[in-house]
Amino acid sequence: MAKKNPVERPAASSKFEEMMTGTTVFNVPLPADLKTLKGMSPIVIKQPYNIDYIHSYGQDSPFFAGLSNKKLLGTKCRKCDYTWATPRLACTQCGGETDWVELPQTGRVHTFTTCYFGGEEFLKETPFHLVLVEFDGVDTLFLSRLLGPEQPEDIKIGMKVKAKFRRNSQLKPTDVYFVPAE
Amino acid sequence: MRPVYMVSGGVSKFAKARPDATFQKIVKESFDYAMNDVPKLKHSMIDGSVVSYFSDHFTRQLMAGIMATDYLGLCPKPNKRIEGGGATGGLCFQAGWEAVASGRMNVCAAFGFETMSHVPTWKGNEFIALASDVNFDYPVGGFYSGYYAMMVNRHMHEFGTTVEQLAMVSVKNHMNAYGNPYAQKRRKLTIADVRNSAMVAYPLTLLDICVMSDGAATCILADEETAFKLTDHPVRITGVGTGTDMMRMSDRPHGEVLLAPNEKKSDYRNLKYPGVHSFRAGRSAGLQAYRMAGITDPLKQLDFVELHDAYTSSEIQTYEDLALCKYGDGGKFVEAGYPFMPQIDYGMKLPKKGTLPVNPSGGLIACGHPVGATGLMQAVFAFWQIQGSIKKHYGSPELQLKKANRGLIHSHAGTGTYVTVSIMERGW
Repeated sequence: MAKKNPVERPAASSKFEEMMTGTTVFNVPLPADLKTLKGMSPIVIKQPYNIDYIHSYGQDSPFFAGLSNKKLLGTKCRKCDYTWATPRLACTQCGGETDWVELPQTGRVHTFTTCYFGGEEFLKETPFHLVLVEFDGVDTLFLSRLLGPEQPEDIKIGMKVKAKFRRNSQLKPTDVYFVPAE
Repeated sequence: MRPVYMVSGGVSKFAKARPDATFQKIVKESFDYAMNDVPKLKHSMIDGSVVSYFSDHFTRQLMAGIMATDYLGLCPKPNKRIEGGGATGGLCFQAGWEAVASGRMNVCAAFGFETMSHVPTWKGNEFIALASDVNFDYPVGGFYSGYYAMMVNRHMHEFGTTVEQLAMVSVKNHMNAYGNPYAQKRRKLTIADVRNSAMVAYPLTLLDICVMSDGAATCILADEETAFKLTDHPVRITGVGTGTDMMRMSDRPHGEVLLAPNEKKSDYRNLKYPGVHSFRAGRSAGLQAYRMAGITDPLKQLDFVELHDAYTSSEIQTYEDLALCKYGDGGKFVEAGYPFMPQIDYGMKLPKKGTLPVNPSGGLIACGHPVGATGLMQAVFAFWQIQGSIKKHYGSPELQLKKANRGLIHSHAGTGTYVTVSIMERGW
């Protein structure tokens, strides 16, 4: 019979994580015989690349102003009434112009996932749940985070969810998130 | 439009990292392979080229396309870069087809590459996620595996698809790649291995998802007269189709199915389409290519398919888009064994095994997905399959299909944003 650990504890790692840190080197050896150079190992260096963009939300800016005032804004087509949960100022169904409308703050989970890994920027936030939310009377879906359930098995397609807003707006789509409504 | 033939192809070995070479040299490896395979083709006969790579972020070099082109000695002839996310390679293949079909070129080289090892895996995932709306999607937790996991959860909800059916795709493609020396991951797996590997985005595990690669591929395309001068076994491109859909999957409509010739409206009474469970762009591309190639019953009229299995789930979704089975039947299609190779033992009971092999090469899941090369890599593997030259190129005849007269290649971007389908047929 296998021995059970008295307490739950993480196992020691069997390999070092790959790191992006290292040693600063100012010279490398060069063999005297040029004929051997094609067999030389490659030189691999670290090359940083950081930029701050001056990014405008342009015509979609009212959506973010809405979030910071605890309102969820979508758009509705003047010509065909198609209603977009993620706003766009031109209706791609008919080409018509749309107007801003307020969306309901309760909806249902159309689909979901739980991310255990992610892009580097979000790795520290894992695991987290992503959901596409559907709203009554709205033709398209809305991508958001779902907070509350611990495991993916606790999330059901069709379950009712409601919007919550960050108190201090970051002017990002994560200013709104959803939690189970019941 | 003139008939267009593929006369040669070449690939580099797909690998997690190729620090020994810059992208130009990796492209040259695939180009030289293609040139050496058709000795009658002289470098001077190439009228121009098209080049594809997906991400300037990975290369950290703008205009990398011309640097690959000049390395191959193809200046000052015409060249342009083609880009469209994951479908970059498939779009490049079709751009080469256009150059020859239009009469602008008699011989066109189409080559593509990606060097994804230049950043750590999670930074690479961040770059790829920048190919989703950076105002509304990316900041929420941009991660393509997460997007595909949401789509398959809806597919499972609508149609009853199971995680074991997804795992069967992984077993099949990894096992196929066992016979392909150019593949990055050649592994014999079981359904349990796939399910027990690390959960990445529920319900997709590490073995449901393709990996990042360094690699390149080249296709040489020619008009009819030139093709038969160069080789006795050219492969004709008889159909091309390109579909598109909205970048944000939340914006996809919930309307009516685009019907294939072998389907009727009553097949889909209660299905809202494409929603997030299906790829309308894939259906659109498939229907265009089928119409052009005169295909009305793809399951019967195709001998094999190389499709864009970035995820096991997207392979199942794509069976349906390509009308190999009805929408909703993709899981059952793999479970019954239709897309498996007839001659390989997978350790599973597969009553319909070998009906229409899908990804005989091992697909993206096992070969790797060096994005700008991928769609061209599929064309090269399909070309060898149709030529009957698998033994020559793989060193073993194990993966050669007995009947491989007509194949389909499928390249796919975003959450189904650009999709290309091309039909390739025995030309002699």
